[in-house]
Amino acid sequence: MNKTVNQKAWFFVIPVFVLVAFNAIIPLMTVVNYAFQETFGNNQFMWEGTRWFKQILVSERFHAALGRQVLFTLIILVIQIPLGIFIALNMPKEGIGVPICLVLMSMPLLIPWNVVGAMWNIFALPDIGFLGHSLNAMGFDYNFTQQSGDAWFTTILMDVWHWTSLVVLLSYAGLRSIQPAYYQAAEIDGATRWAVFRHIELPKMKKVLTIAILLRFMDSFMIYTEPFVLTGGGPGNATAFLSIDLVKMALGQFDLGPAAAMSLIYFFIVLTVCWVFYNLMMRNESKS
Amino acid sequence: MSKITLQDLSHSYLQSQNKDEDWAIRNVNIDWQDGGAYALLGPSGCGKTTLLNIISGLINPTKGKILFNDEDITKKNPVERNIAQIFQFPVIYDTMTVFENLAFPLRNRQIPEDEINNKVNEIAEMLELTSTLNNRASGLTADGKQKISLGRGLARSDVNVIMFDEPLTVIDPHLKWILRSKLKELHQKIKRTMIYVTHDQTEALTFADQVVVMHDGQIVQTGTPVELFEKPKHTFVGHFIGSPGMNILSCQINNGSVAINGTKIETSNSKIGASNFSKIELGIRPEFISFDKKGLPVKILNVSNTGKNKIIETESDGGKIKLIIKAGEKVPEGSAFLTFKKDYTYIYGDDWIVEK
Repeated sequence: MNKTVNQKAWFFVIPVFVLVAFNAIIPLMTVVNYAFQETFGNNQFMWEGTRWFKQILVSERFHAALGRQVLFTLIILVIQIPLGIFIALNMPKEGIGVPICLVLMSMPLLIPWNVVGAMWNIFALPDIGFLGHSLNAMGFDYNFTQQSGDAWFTTILMDVWHWTSLVVLLSYAGLRSIQPAYYQAAEIDGATRWAVFRHIELPKMKKVLTIAILLRFMDSFMIYTEPFVLTGGGPGNATAFLSIDLVKMALGQFDLGPAAAMSLIYFFIVLTVCWVFYNLMMRNESKS
Repeated sequence: MSKITLQDLSHSYLQSQNKDEDWAIRNVNIDWQDGGAYALLGPSGCGKTTLLNIISGLINPTKGKILFNDEDITKKNPVERNIAQIFQFPVIYDTMTVFENLAFPLRNRQIPEDEINNKVNEIAEMLELTSTLNNRASGLTADGKQKISLGRGLARSDVNVIMFDEPLTVIDPHLKWILRSKLKELHQKIKRTMIYVTHDQTEALTFADQVVVMHDGQIVQTGTPVELFEKPKHTFVGHFIGSPGMNILSCQINNGSVAINGTKIETSNSKIGASNFSKIELGIRPEFISFDKKGLPVKILNVSNTGKNKIIETESDGGKIKLIIKAGEKVPEGSAFLTFKKDYTYIYGDDWIVEK
């Protein structure tokens, strides 16, 4: 059968193309534009080639921010993924407890980022905040505005509070999709609780956990608003994660070229890690 | 290996039970001998899976007792009962190889590794899984996976009973036949008590020595396939087993003789007096009806040819009657007379066979 050649079908692609162009390609291209040039305003540009990239890649400030960022994301994943699975495993499976738990779990997810930051800022204030005051009353020397350890502790605690629910909800959905026959068979096979988790629950949750880890990696690696409101990157640069540092460079110092180069490197890191991780997790899926 | 006794077993999924329908199973009494092959047959929702799960210990019965070798095990869990169960959908452990899957129930019971090796290889041999032993189980087809489930059930040599819950549902028709004969062969080889739950009469009748037919949570008849066919104790057994099922006709009883609108019918259990039943019916299988010069007048409605036989649908004063004759026999046109074989014609009172 001969196919009719009709190029008019391309018109159907136009709306999507325009949307993507305006929300991704054009802004990204602007950044690319800045990354290779120097500007002094007035729309005057000078070609700089890869100078900003080289500068960023060897800059100690970038290394430090990247180091803090990687450490933060690792801690977040190490705490939130197991904790989320643990909570999901212990959530009720039927009865009135199910909706109650689901609503309670969804609550933190519904609060806007900057509100979370402001809430925790007040909550953790050493003199009047409930958390800060209580910790000091218990004899801990706690002050997140001045001690970097306390700032990290508070930022991590805030993120765990805000985002563990996401892992819980995804894991819970994964657990609920397991057929009862699996548990019955395991019971008959004499499997221990650990073996049931290791050989039934964990493999069945693999897909949702992959999504959960990817989302938590991306969100925590790109975190900005909450630590910005909570600590503003301080004390000093203690909690200046990549995006906070980036904004400082772009809007604080108005170093648009280096900031644009840093954005691209930042983007490239997130993209690469996601790609590698996703392919590792899905490696065995295609075979079966 | 053991003998299984169920005593006055009833179970309800509800908190309180007010009427018969609240019970998933009611007053079940069964005696199963050691080493037998049994089938639980019934339509979906008749309570057969509930009964199976009660025997395996996954469900605690509301009332009644379960005994293995005369020992009351009602309160024991599945591990203590030492049973094996194969489910409707193949259950495999995705992360493990075929070997590890088969070894799993043995490893959980701390059996020495060389013994596990021997046992797994023996089972794999039996189920023709040897060549895939080192493959990941998740890569197998549905019937391969179901063979693994089966293998895990067979791996332990000391189980009291092996139970199958419609194990061939997800299997392709031609593999179904192969696996079914495999099961029968396995039973003859290892001589363990096996209970097979199904809604498919062919599966039940080919697998089991004794078939238990369930209907609305009750056992309506227990017997060999031949008994179920030749003398159904309940009209449900009559039309559930056989293809087409038993003809159930309305009839009248006067002074101990049975008639359908004036035509007297000889039955094997007609010597009953004035009955206390609200409903009296006559049952006869299509296989035991033939055309004759006199007898019950019928109108011929429809003839369908199955190759070897003809199934003829007729209309009588007692209701529609189907009969089976050989394909070569001639079918009368329009109207005809039917005679029933007396020994296979039964009277049912309120659906139950009337005993003399």
